[in-house]
Amino acid sequence: MTKLHATTAKELVERIRNKEVTAEEYVLSVFERIHRLEDSIHAFVTVTKEKAIEKAREIDKKISEGKPLGRLAGVAIAVKDNICTKDTRTTCSSKMLESFVPPYDATVIERIKKEDGIIIGKTNMDEFAMGTSTETSYFGPTHNPWNLSRVPGGSSGGSAAAIAAGEATLALGADTGGSIRCPASYCSVVGVKPTYGLVSRYGLIAYANSLDQIGPMARNVYDCALFLSIIAGHDPSDSTSAKAAKRDYTKFLKSSVEGLKIGVPEELFGEGTSGNVEKQVWAGVHKLEELGASCKVTSIPSLDYALAAYYIIAMSEASSNLARYDGLRYGYRTNRDNGDWSTVYSKNRRIGFGAEVRRRIILGTYALSTGYYDKYYLKALKIRTIIRRDFEKAFKEFNVLISPTMPIPPFKIGEKIQDPLALYMCDVDTVSMNLAGLPTISVPCGFTAGLPIGMQIIAPPLHEDLMLQVAYTFEQNTPYKNQKPPLK
Amino acid sequence: MKRRYLSKKNVEHIAWLAHIELSKKEKTLFTKQFNDILEYFKKIDEIDTENVQPTYHVLDLKNVYREDEATPSMPIKEALKNVPKKEKKFVKAPRIV
Repeated sequence: MTKLHATTAKELVERIRNKEVTAEEYVLSVFERIHRLEDSIHAFVTVTKEKAIEKAREIDKKISEGKPLGRLAGVAIAVKDNICTKDTRTTCSSKMLESFVPPYDATVIERIKKEDGIIIGKTNMDEFAMGTSTETSYFGPTHNPWNLSRVPGGSSGGSAAAIAAGEATLALGADTGGSIRCPASYCSVVGVKPTYGLVSRYGLIAYANSLDQIGPMARNVYDCALFLSIIAGHDPSDSTSAKAAKRDYTKFLKSSVEGLKIGVPEELFGEGTSGNVEKQVWAGVHKLEELGASCKVTSIPSLDYALAAYYIIAMSEASSNLARYDGLRYGYRTNRDNGDWSTVYSKNRRIGFGAEVRRRIILGTYALSTGYYDKYYLKALKIRTIIRRDFEKAFKEFNVLISPTMPIPPFKIGEKIQDPLALYMCDVDTVSMNLAGLPTISVPCGFTAGLPIGMQIIAPPLHEDLMLQVAYTFEQNTPYKNQKPPLK
Repeated sequence: MKRRYLSKKNVEHIAWLAHIELSKKEKTLFTKQFNDILEYFKKIDEIDTENVQPTYHVLDLKNVYREDEATPSMPIKEALKNVPKKEKKFVKAPRIV
């Protein structure tokens, strides 16, 4: 039998329901694992052991009393630390919010609790989700469970590492330009960025709100589909929430791609793509061909402009969203605050924010300033229109599109952090789906020198069903989900 | 030769607009990094966007209204829980004038 910490959510819910194991036993085994591994992985910013055990006991009591159970009953869930949890600090891995304790739960947290999921802690991330490696965290980097000297990807690096290391069964991430898919790829787990608006952003601390989207991360496609079914759905508290019908995505998981048309955009295999990544993703495409899909190389030329357009938009929105951090109502406030308001704010924001956050706010301010607004911000928004249109065109010919998630395998901690532009370049294959609001999943598709590689499957808006079906078919016919990182 | 988009003085001014203090060392470092990044952003000039409308967000939403109904507010004590400096029921702000 699979060890408890390596069990999938699906199996676990059944075992707890059938009284083969109690929720408390299982949760304790997860914390035992966390205790043993956290010194080397550092996936968590905050662990909520007491609350989790209390919740597990509540579930066990429900079972013994024969009361109805939620669909996530007993499952240990790690939550990215930019999603608000009532009475549990939510830091965005920033000094600015080091001691911020939200007075309310995000909608996704309410939905997890309603289905009896157990929140075990808050995961490490790039500060305010600005990064590709989880190295910009104020609390220090997370290490990749497959190779501790490598980055786990980012910005949801803690969430991905926790799942890969067996420190959590499910995790929530958030994706602005690849922040779920990149770490999913780098840690060999499955990560979904849903259609923009499918999952409520109420309680998600904003970075670039027209691009941000919360999504599920798990060990396999089924668990992602299950988790997505629970967190998705309209929310009146989020005015950008889509009015899409609530669906059970696990119902669409059949192993078949017969007759599907798959497009492979050549722009997403650009010059910076590593040969091994390219080879492995193509092997994945051929696998789907073998299984009955037809595949064709295609070209979406506007994707070459996606990265620059994305960064201009994301930084501009960030400069506006992060203007709220003045250190007055919450957040870091300096003790030397007898100066005028402007000096005090500027000090709070210098000490409270790390270098990358300050860089993005300043550049975003520049892109929105008089004389540069048309040149940068407006121009980028127009490119966004073209990219969106070009994707629409591509989906007239293809059911889904496939590409590498990341152009290169996980790099060494410290290797790129001094060069912001080199880090931005790593997002080249993931940002365009945020600009167009498309659902995209990253699934494991192999290894190179022991380092994981991920493949992206991109679908038209609100076609999560099809996206998950292709991912599921691929997973069922490849061995990668059974491989475990070399941890004791 | 690479173009210089921003001088150190420009960076100082934008940082001031954004209410972010920078150290001397950072001003030099950020200026260099910003020029590298803006050099890359130049790429967007290559694509023709004549007669293209901007996309601010991808949803087909205009204004989203709700009924203006009063619901219970958060108790003051709870709302002030995260305030670093407070006095009685108030947030203590720095000197404005």
